[in-house]
Amino acid sequence: MFQTIFNTISSWSPLTQFTFWSAIKVFGVFGVAMTIVAYAVLAERKISAFIQDRVGPNRVSLPLIGSIPFLGPLLTRWGIWQPLADGVKSFIKEDFTPSYVRKAYYWLAPAITFVPALVVIAVIPFGSYIGNQKMVIADLDVGILYSFGIISLGVYGIVLAGYASNSKYPFLGGIRSSAQLISYEIAMGMSVVPIFLVTQQLNLSAIVEYQAQYGWFALPFCARELTPLSFMIWPFALISFFIFLVSGFAETNRLPFDLPESETELVAGYNTEYSSIKFALFFMGEYANIIAGAGMMVTLFLGGWSVPGLSDAAIAKTHIAVGVAHILIFLFKVFFLIAIVIWVRWMFPRFRYDQLMDLGWRRFIPVALANILIVAVIVWAVTTFSNETKPALAHSAYQVNK
Amino acid sequence: MHDAFFYIFAILTVFCAVMVVANPVSRSPITSAMFLVLTITCMAALFVQLHAFFLAAVQILVYAGAVMVLFLFVIMLLDLKEEERRRIKAVSAGLGTLAVGSILFLIIKSTLQFGQAGAIPPHTEGSTASLGKLLFSNYVLPFEILSLLLLVAMVGVILLSKKDLK
Repeated sequence: MFQTIFNTISSWSPLTQFTFWSAIKVFGVFGVAMTIVAYAVLAERKISAFIQDRVGPNRVSLPLIGSIPFLGPLLTRWGIWQPLADGVKSFIKEDFTPSYVRKAYYWLAPAITFVPALVVIAVIPFGSYIGNQKMVIADLDVGILYSFGIISLGVYGIVLAGYASNSKYPFLGGIRSSAQLISYEIAMGMSVVPIFLVTQQLNLSAIVEYQAQYGWFALPFCARELTPLSFMIWPFALISFFIFLVSGFAETNRLPFDLPESETELVAGYNTEYSSIKFALFFMGEYANIIAGAGMMVTLFLGGWSVPGLSDAAIAKTHIAVGVAHILIFLFKVFFLIAIVIWVRWMFPRFRYDQLMDLGWRRFIPVALANILIVAVIVWAVTTFSNETKPALAHSAYQVNK
Repeated sequence: MHDAFFYIFAILTVFCAVMVVANPVSRSPITSAMFLVLTITCMAALFVQLHAFFLAAVQILVYAGAVMVLFLFVIMLLDLKEEERRRIKAVSAGLGTLAVGSILFLIIKSTLQFGQAGAIPPHTEGSTASLGKLLFSNYVLPFEILSLLLLVAMVGVILLSKKDLK
């Protein structure tokens, strides 16, 4: 059946095919991402309840669900319907606009916070292939630079929210966040340079393929073709991963770095004056950012969709089941990282602002710079002194195919 | 379709750039800064159409994402109420129009005189790898001098911001 559908589709013109597949991918990814956002909130509440020895949400359920035989009692427990109830609540709550706010920016800010996270997800390869379709919405040649560019635009939402609210605490939150995000973007950007020195690519799909072949950067143990290089750069890749992970916390304003909204000092920081769905957009933006960050980390350090024994993209082209499995593997890794992010929030106290700046500028940036230097020397030594040519992926395959 | 995109983004770029300096609705410096961000983003879109993806990404990353955030940061801290109240003076508006008009005249004149540029070169120049190779071979001296200049500026800032010199 699939074959006939594919055949019909492949008889269309290339532009129609491209539009068709892109539309499917966009809607699919958006739907899945928004579902994960909703359930990440539930996961956050459940995990925090577990850590604090509480029960967490366990009551909400739709009418009549409980009377479904066998499944019913399961579906009414664990608060599975809580995200739905929260969503409806934010929509029907009164949307109060204080009289003193700057209206245009007040309306724009929540959207500007929310959109960049979704746009970053567009370049993350969430699977290998299904049929001949690459499982990434936009396979950009400068993938990683693009995502850093978009992430850096995310700060405008928070800064403008602080400015638009026109009152003290949001303003302080906005100022804090702009300084924090700029500082950690530098560390974050530098931490991934070693990856590109090794792979010689900026394209995220190519980086995943490299890891599928030569071992994940964070865990180079099982791959199709292990090289000494994989192990020589392993400690440095781990340093990169650590810096990227911690900067990710700072970039998403998560505890221990949630200074822009630290409730003990700033009420709720930049979103103090927001209510109803506008507040919910900030809230969902935070989780969408976590998902985008987790997706980036999986792609850059944890081998994306690849897993030992199932790391060949070529098989996925002919077997749809393998392609689907790759997507599920990617999602599983993302869930794992999201769980870590949530766990950290409830385990560590908040940093002081000067400690945050000290960590970013005086620890991470020098370490990241040294890391780049050492990896560059290793790569140079390996390419110069070993007989085999450097494992460079087929460059031509990833050049702009126009 | 390619042409249509060019005209859309070109018009948007010019429109946003005009709004930076001559916004009829708001005189707020924050609004000007935000329109500058939009101008930069539209210019990045124009770079994309020239297949200079690296330039486009860096344009957004550096200018829209870092430099303009710092601008915004400073404007917000300065709290420029005076700027919002100030009217546009006829003399300065006239002088500005004159300056922009003469530049426009020069551009149009030279375009008409020399015609369009020759065949558009192949698109590979914009790729990251080839740009990097050029920077570290043909243009290594200007590149290094520029980085030295930035270093000097950085040292200067640190020196100026230190309260007591030992």
